[in-house]
Amino acid sequence: MSSEKIISHSEASTIFNKDIERVNWHDETLWFVREKRDKSAHQIPDWELLRETASQIKNNVLSNIHDYLVEFEANAQKNGITVHWAADAKEHNEIVHAIMVKNNVKQMVKSKSMLTEECHLNDYLADKGIEVIDSDLGEYIVQLRKEPPSHIVLPAIHLKKEDVSETFHEHLGTEKGNFDPQYLTESARQSLRNTFLTRKVALTGVNFAVAETGEFVVCTNEGNADMGAHLADVHIACMGFEKLIPQRKHLGVFLRLLARSATGQPITTFSSHFKKPRNGQEMHIVIVDNGRSTQLGREDFRNSLKCIRCGACMNTCPVYRRSGGHSYHNAVAGPIGSILAPNLDMSKNADLPFASTLCGSCTNVCPVKIDIHDQLYKWRQVLVKEGHTPTAKTMAMKTMATVLANPTIFSIAGKSGRFVMKNIPALVNNKMNKWFDQREMPAVPEESFREWYKKNSRESKAKDNE
Amino acid sequence: MNSKAEILKKIKQNQPQNTTDLPDLELLNSDNPNVLETYKTVLKGIGGETVEVAGYQDILDFIRNNYSPDRRIITTIPELSEVASLNWKNDDPHTLQDVELAIISGHFGVAENSAIWVTDDILGQRVAPFIAQYLAIIIKKSDILATMQLAYKKIGNLEYGFGTFIAGPSKTADIEQSLVLGAHGARGLIVFLLD
Amino acid sequence: MFQNLRQKILKIITQNMKIGLFIPCYVDQFYPKVGIATYELLLKLGCDVHFPMKQTCCGQPMANSGYEYLTKGCDANFIANFSEFDYIVCPSGSCVLHVKDHLHDEKQEKLASEMRKKVYELTEFITDILKVDSIEGNFPYKVGMHVSCHGQRGLKLSQMTELNAPFFSKPEQLLSNIKGLDLVSLRRKDECCGFGGTFCVTEEAVSVKMGQDRIKDHEKNNVDYITGGDMSCLMHLEGILRRQNSPVKTIHIAEILNS
Repeated sequence: MSSEKIISHSEASTIFNKDIERVNWHDETLWFVREKRDKSAHQIPDWELLRETASQIKNNVLSNIHDYLVEFEANAQKNGITVHWAADAKEHNEIVHAIMVKNNVKQMVKSKSMLTEECHLNDYLADKGIEVIDSDLGEYIVQLRKEPPSHIVLPAIHLKKEDVSETFHEHLGTEKGNFDPQYLTESARQSLRNTFLTRKVALTGVNFAVAETGEFVVCTNEGNADMGAHLADVHIACMGFEKLIPQRKHLGVFLRLLARSATGQPITTFSSHFKKPRNGQEMHIVIVDNGRSTQLGREDFRNSLKCIRCGACMNTCPVYRRSGGHSYHNAVAGPIGSILAPNLDMSKNADLPFASTLCGSCTNVCPVKIDIHDQLYKWRQVLVKEGHTPTAKTMAMKTMATVLANPTIFSIAGKSGRFVMKNIPALVNNKMNKWFDQREMPAVPEESFREWYKKNSRESKAKDNE
Repeated sequence: MNSKAEILKKIKQNQPQNTTDLPDLELLNSDNPNVLETYKTVLKGIGGETVEVAGYQDILDFIRNNYSPDRRIITTIPELSEVASLNWKNDDPHTLQDVELAIISGHFGVAENSAIWVTDDILGQRVAPFIAQYLAIIIKKSDILATMQLAYKKIGNLEYGFGTFIAGPSKTADIEQSLVLGAHGARGLIVFLLD
Repeated sequence: MFQNLRQKILKIITQNMKIGLFIPCYVDQFYPKVGIATYELLLKLGCDVHFPMKQTCCGQPMANSGYEYLTKGCDANFIANFSEFDYIVCPSGSCVLHVKDHLHDEKQEKLASEMRKKVYELTEFITDILKVDSIEGNFPYKVGMHVSCHGQRGLKLSQMTELNAPFFSKPEQLLSNIKGLDLVSLRRKDECCGFGGTFCVTEEAVSVKMGQDRIKDHEKNNVDYITGGDMSCLMHLEGILRRQNSPVKTIHIAEILNS
């Protein structure tokens, strides 16, 4: 995974845009989800107050996270849960592996956890000879195809039913050419049911962890987290430390927002509160940092940690919809991914904050009011200062800044610019000019506004009349 | 232990110095003059079904008319012992894999999302509502609350090992956003609304 | 009677305030007609409006590319040109937003911060400061409104579809008394056109696709014109329209209001 060459967002999206029909389909499919979100949000009269409330709770969490973590750990332990702490992805993977070894188990069933994607847990465990099966249908599909998820809530949203049909035909022996989603889902259900019934260890993610009670909540529509956890002897739940909320009653706010923002559903089918292991079961929580405490110290970017992973910013993002999740080369794609990823690795992810028009729609749909597009702007400033932009771009910008700061040079440059474009279009209108590939240059007027103004303004006319 | 101390130390250093107060949840509106109608409409919208019943006899009749006695039906409710088995709560959870229908009771329902709150003390087994092919939950009509805020007020500091909100049947739309009921959990959900 | 009195008072106030006309650099160079329409419109509305000749650019192209630190010269020049005015008015939401959010000057920060509050986009200046509800004119065409993201989500010139909040639109309100103008209802009312400053060349594929998709929405409504408050969006859309040999034209809202 890590040795793969990174294709920049713009290169990847150029490739993605070669298949126009597919782009249209991808765009419309996600726009449909955005519309469902709108409809659902508009049914809650105090939706905007709800967002504000959630935002305030998360702000409180950020400023008290140390104490809440200590409180959470103590309560979870009291409940009979073993709590582990992982400084980074490597330690997280080692902890999970150690639990497997201790229980002498070589197979795991896993429900959706973007954190384990971030840590590349599957690859790590595979190297150690441990088989992991992802049980969320979308994740199961992409896992069979050896692809990463392209969306945090809809992992296989980049695929069409024909693709899924082919994959299932190859791996599950379904009928060739049967694209019926009902049929394909049923096949996966049968196959995964056997998995649930035979796995001794189940790993789940965590949507919310409650400091006050030491419980954690996992939300799914499929019921796969519960099927795994309640049948397994060992339940491991992995969470980034920002998943904490102060009190149980705050779940009321977040559960109202999460599914409505994500898919337009009023709530996920199952919102399961795990407080104690069932009799005879082992329950572990792995609390992971992996760069989060660094992000917490970046004043301009810390509130990205308020994210509840609903994916609304992806569905609304006009760039995401037309470039696909894989073009972001990060476990979390889209606008939120673009403000989280540079914290993990600036040079690898320097392109991502630029993969946006700063239109601001992401900020408006965010249920916890993260100022996503402002952070994209701020990351650009940081990345430039830290030297992660091409030298040619810096040179061009410096020239531009000099011209624009000096009215005299500007007026000469402006005139020559227009002169060039009017008289020698071949110079500008060549393949080096990315504007011109699919767009015409603006027509060049006879005179600029300031030239017109010199002759025609009220003052100049008054002068002429003197 | 080492990592814990390091993480906590770094967090303490980096978390914002100005603490932000928690908001007042009472400001959020929980009015709904007709929770029952809302409940029924929302549940229908997410693929569940409501059946209004006067008492357990109605439920018994419904089960007899709609489910084959050859299939395994389990329940936690003694009044339903004529149609469903009560004797499974201490079995290995894996043995519930052939259950066709599980009938359980819920603590209360929530109108805004049609979710029903259940906890392990009334579930029989944690896996029961997930592993059964079909699920039926009984709640009293008078136990429907307007919103999740009220739901958590009612839950308060209640002690449980496991609790879950169940809203409709298990579902997925992971293949081209086409909704399919019965992903891994129950393929259908009936909510019996008791007078 | 009362209406007349109110307008008289406003007229007196308007005549006594000095307005600086801020014409974005690319409008000055490529779209002088938009500058002219803005100037003439403000004159018609009774404003004492002046164009400072040494203005250049607000610095947004650099800042949005991550080079905000290079915009100090632009900021200083902007302040030198516009500090004498009571209001600064500009026919571009995007440039206004940049000044409002990012105009600074270490040597005269107080002045810079005052100026940030005095800069207005053309339509909001007309509705909020001049208190003019609508403008009479004649434009007998089918028109689609392209809502610029910076004007809408940045300056809040109109309601955003993401929010659960009542509808309003300052630009649409101003167009309501233009005779013959038939404003169509788009399917995606406020989706970005994909211009995005240097994004339009660094992410060319997505930028163009976004523009093409916006155009399709307008074309499905059989518009004659696409209008809007930001010439940069319109320049991008116009470039695509012309490449596609589309009969649809672009026109800045100032030109319609001045018709």
